[in-house]
Amino acid sequence: MKEGEQQRVPLRERAEWSDVTPLPQNDGPNPVVPIQYTEDFSQVMDYFRAVYLADERSPRALALTAEAVQFNSGNYTVCQVRIKFFRLRLFLFISSLLQVWHFRRLLLESLKVDLNAELDFVERMAAGNSKNYQMWHHRRWVAEKLGPEARKNELEFTKKILSVDAKHYHAWSHRQWVLQALGGWEDELNYCTELLKEDIFNNSAWNQRYFVITRSPFLGGLKAMRESEVLYTIEAIIAYPENESSWRYLRGLYKGETTSWVNDPQVSSVCLKILRTKSNYVFALSTILDLICFGYLPNEDFRDAIDALKTADMDKQNLDDNEKGEQQNLNIAQNICSILEQVDPIRTNYWIWRKSRLPLSA
Amino acid sequence: MSEESERETNPPPPPPCPTVSQREQWMVESQVFQIYQLFATIPRNAQTLMLELQRDNHMQYVSKGLRHLSSAFSVLDANRPWLCYWIFHSIALLGESVDDELEDNAIDFLNRCQDPNGGYAGGPGQMPHIATTYAAVNSLITLGGEKSLASINRDKLYGFLRRMKQPNGGFRMHDEGEIDVRACYTAISVASVLNILDDELIQNVGDYIISCQTYEGGIAGEPGSEAHGGYTFCGLATMILIGEVNHLDLPRLVDWVVFRQGKECGFQGRTNKLVDGCYSFWQGGAVALLQRLSSIINKQMEETSQIFAVSYVSEAKESLDGTSSHATCRGEHEGTSESSSSDFKNIAYKFINEWRAQEPLFHSIALQQYILLCAQEQEGGLRDKPGKRRDHYHTCYCLSGLSLCQYSWSKHPDSPPLPNLVLGPYSNLLEPIHPLFNVVLGRYREAHEFFFTES
Repeated sequence: MKEGEQQRVPLRERAEWSDVTPLPQNDGPNPVVPIQYTEDFSQVMDYFRAVYLADERSPRALALTAEAVQFNSGNYTVCQVRIKFFRLRLFLFISSLLQVWHFRRLLLESLKVDLNAELDFVERMAAGNSKNYQMWHHRRWVAEKLGPEARKNELEFTKKILSVDAKHYHAWSHRQWVLQALGGWEDELNYCTELLKEDIFNNSAWNQRYFVITRSPFLGGLKAMRESEVLYTIEAIIAYPENESSWRYLRGLYKGETTSWVNDPQVSSVCLKILRTKSNYVFALSTILDLICFGYLPNEDFRDAIDALKTADMDKQNLDDNEKGEQQNLNIAQNICSILEQVDPIRTNYWIWRKSRLPLSA
Repeated sequence: MSEESERETNPPPPPPCPTVSQREQWMVESQVFQIYQLFATIPRNAQTLMLELQRDNHMQYVSKGLRHLSSAFSVLDANRPWLCYWIFHSIALLGESVDDELEDNAIDFLNRCQDPNGGYAGGPGQMPHIATTYAAVNSLITLGGEKSLASINRDKLYGFLRRMKQPNGGFRMHDEGEIDVRACYTAISVASVLNILDDELIQNVGDYIISCQTYEGGIAGEPGSEAHGGYTFCGLATMILIGEVNHLDLPRLVDWVVFRQGKECGFQGRTNKLVDGCYSFWQGGAVALLQRLSSIINKQMEETSQIFAVSYVSEAKESLDGTSSHATCRGEHEGTSESSSSDFKNIAYKFINEWRAQEPLFHSIALQQYILLCAQEQEGGLRDKPGKRRDHYHTCYCLSGLSLCQYSWSKHPDSPPLPNLVLGPYSNLLEPIHPLFNVVLGRYREAHEFFFTES
């Protein structure tokens, strides 16, 4: 047992619970998927059921919900043996102790508990296992009650979690809610820049960046931010052309404005630049392909750069420089698909499909 | 290339130290490639053995969970209908069934999870939740039979769904619970399969899902969040079920989802995240759905590429002859409001029977390779990736993904695939599923007959 951890006294041996008859879960005579609950867990739940059913709004009920929640916070010390609970971190639908959290909220309201203390409690629970919808939902509820005064704390809290797991879905989602409901946008773009400086492949940070530039009340929206963001993104692309996040972000900067995207020379020229390095050019090629499908007319430099990527065994018949205009574009697009079929074999079916769906001259 | 241009394109200086994302990715890649390299060097008969789906062991592993789960499962106390679904669905995928007594016990147990006011809770006497309702309903459909199907109180369930419905179009997961894309999917899915879907439930759901499609092309859990495989499947399936899938940007969605399959051969859940076996279903399922939307996708591509007409006239004609998928895109003739209740009521049924599937857009053999060699534990059960432990959730979704792969070239959902499309021995072939609900097709058909002819 670790220092500071007290031996747990079973509920039925505690004087303050002697008046309560625990209520076991009615699983029926022959339940399927029966869980061999530990004695401690089932006992806490049995007492919880009793107070829940009696709707007992008391401090001891509140303490009981805390005990129950602790079982789900990852490692739980029972009889000096650490039991590592099964974790389904990635499972989207997992929920835990719905009623416990729900009842806890009722208790917090009835007993007029200091909600700042509740934030501390949740933080301690999150230290064990923070991938749990109920906990985050609960935290949102508490922060909402506290209002703007909770802003700083909530931004700090999520930052702490993100410093350990920078792609934590719940933490990001909570942070976005905080920004929208309580404010605190001022430093958010810098925060994104900081995270991307640490890990330019962190797609969650890119997503947050997009969230900030499109929704922050201080930045003027996507259109106002586009110029500087394009420069930032192009720099990121040149540093790591294999980074899909930055390519998708670049495209996102022109969301709903395909014409500006097609006509912005910065987009096509970064593609050309990457193509000419002859390495990590899948996203550059795929971007050019999309551009052409939306009417972009590649010049001779592009044709040369793409030509240089064709392998010896690749079908040369498409490459006919005598073709003019749209037919020539179609040829280039076909060549791009052929190259991608080879250099990006996991997506061969996709590139074949794209090739079959290329726009034709009318 | 001219010398001049070569000078222009000096490679960037070598990157400093690899980032967290890079390190984690390289570690997983090296583990996976080690397995593939080993596979490439062993004799053919050993390869066949390695690719074999360990049916008996998987069966044994999941069946055991029906009768006993250790205390480590206490955290899943509020998810027992899910455990039922993962296990019964895995058994059904393997083409097996459980004995009558166990089946009766399961029906009885799930009935104890059914709330008197509608919906199913995570355990007896707990609070009803839409996701566990979905798991319970899918379990009961998978068990099949009159007793099982008749045990669902549809009127009360409808009332529960209406209580969870929000003005913004979304659903809450439970009383005062969170609102997100999962809740939309699980609500619409059960309503559709039980034939209780109506205009009230559908209202504004489409707008909510559309607001969750991100700049990347995939769908997020809430507006503003990051595109994610699980939510993308849920959002896409919901849009199909309510007949509004044409309102999503499908070409961008296709592009996002096909890029989630990596050189490890499996799918990742988000851009620059690690491969995970369970996305074989969430992402693979999204691609399988998209495979049947080709006429709508073609139309969107045609509309968006402004300069040219698009070159697939013959195919478009063909797909219109063979199917009626355009009849279900309700927004196609905006303003004419030709949507009547019959439109969405039969979508799920028509989707598999009439909507023509094009060829798969992902690499089906590669994904089967990842599932069989990297996600499969020889002793039974499937997992996220090498080095992780098996669990019932991953077993269910890896097997679901494997089934999708095996039938991915089939024009009709249950015509048996050619041997070269099933990786490993042909005995690996699983039962086909209905991709909108993820229940085995035969069981879906039985439920459809039950719920659609009864009333």
